[in-house]
Amino acid sequence: MALILAPEPPLDAWFAALDDQLRRAASYFVNKPIVINLAAAQDEGARLEDVVSALESRGLYIIAVEGLESAELAGTRWAGLPDLRQKLQDREDQGGKLLDIPDDKLPTPAAPAVTSLLIDRPVRSGQSVIFEEGDVTIIGPVASGAEVIAGGSIHIYGALRGRAIAGLRAGANARIFCHKFSAELVAIDGVYDTPESWSATFNNRAAQVRLEDGVLNIAALA
Amino acid sequence: MSAPDNREGAVNRMSKVMVVTSGKGGVGKTTTSASLGSALAQAGQNVVVVDFDVGLRNLDLVLGAERRVVFDLVNVVQGDAKLAQALIKDKRIDTLSLLAASQTRDKDALTEEGVKSVIDELRQKFDWIICDSPAGIEKGAMLAMRYADLAVVVTNPEISSVRDSDRIIGMLDSKTLRAENGETFEKHLMLTRYNPARAARGEMLGVDDVLDILAIPLLGIVPESTDVLNASNLGCPVTLHNPASTAARAYADAARRLLGETVEITTPVEKQQGLFGKLFGRKAVA
Repeated sequence: MALILAPEPPLDAWFAALDDQLRRAASYFVNKPIVINLAAAQDEGARLEDVVSALESRGLYIIAVEGLESAELAGTRWAGLPDLRQKLQDREDQGGKLLDIPDDKLPTPAAPAVTSLLIDRPVRSGQSVIFEEGDVTIIGPVASGAEVIAGGSIHIYGALRGRAIAGLRAGANARIFCHKFSAELVAIDGVYDTPESWSATFNNRAAQVRLEDGVLNIAALA
Repeated sequence: MSAPDNREGAVNRMSKVMVVTSGKGGVGKTTTSASLGSALAQAGQNVVVVDFDVGLRNLDLVLGAERRVVFDLVNVVQGDAKLAQALIKDKRIDTLSLLAASQTRDKDALTEEGVKSVIDELRQKFDWIICDSPAGIEKGAMLAMRYADLAVVVTNPEISSVRDSDRIIGMLDSKTLRAENGETFEKHLMLTRYNPARAARGEMLGVDDVLDILAIPLLGIVPESTDVLNASNLGCPVTLHNPASTAARAYADAARRLLGETVEITTPVEKQQGLFGKLFGRKAVA
């Protein structure tokens, strides 16, 4: 199915209305084949060149011209387009209808999937925060006996005294950050460690935990 | 005799249901319930302390009312007795009442609906309903906190007690009716059995350490003291038994803070001892 556009005088007003339509129903015109009926425009005696370039400048997908003798297009860039040799009125007589172009605002794109979780309170002993979809940020302490499990990295703006298990999905690229490091257990991508195996120099300091060559590496943050 | 508001259906809008809880046992929940209850009552408030420790009741002993218990919480919850029959009025402070727990039953004798109806009825008669929670995180403790408006979390400056308190705070924020309704739940920390000498030597957690971990406001610090033990043994809250003692003053100050007064919190410090005291002072602490 092709759309028929028939420019009518006054042409300025008609183009303004077209622009408005294009703006409100932009998706409707995308890749739609369009036939231009120049009968009315021609009757008005408008310069064909002007009409042609005005229509082309709007990026329409024009496949044919109708409503005037093809000879009249000679010399314009539309000279080679097929001439459907029908007047708009003829088409209506044969049961053709003018279409109402739907006013379909461009669909709002779906919200991107949530990939982080923010927790704005302490994670108490016995509580589990599990978020497989991505990073977890906690503002407050993670108590002894509490655990945070994340698909990505874990950020703790407070003391980490419980367990932090990162990288369920992100794997070895995940990291654990905290303001005060006093963890009972840290794990990234299945590799875990307990305080017995790390130096006490990190105790209560800001630290990050990384997985490097299969080994957990704890480093103080400046 | 004071006149609690007994009008049928009269809702005491100022009534506050306060659970005294800790998770861990033996940290001083019952002592705190009795002491805060009597301190609030001495300040003129109508107070009832309710023992939720069904099967292991103690509050009646600490308040010296063990020989006066006829009906108890379970009888009222199950409809075997009227609330007025079960309430025991204190003989020393006439605005203080006790609702004892049943010693012969267990926690399964309590139901959520039954507890709710008792609390609703108590709200009409009292300004403060203090629920003395059992230890643990099971049914008894859950029911004690269920309908509370605020909590006093009793904690000793020991890591085991602090961690259990943290667990209980998490439950107060999730399992109480207020929390389930999305309202904020007021929590206060009562630090008990604080031993300034041991804290000074780093043998127990300091006040700041506990506050750092639990992150709730401090209501008061009660020093470890023989005054508290003696008072409990005599069945008389320390605020009545020895009002001048540090422990009694700590509870009285905490009660004033609960009533909205601004009272500075003092951290107990080690008493200056003479040479004689230093040589022999610790003998009693085995």
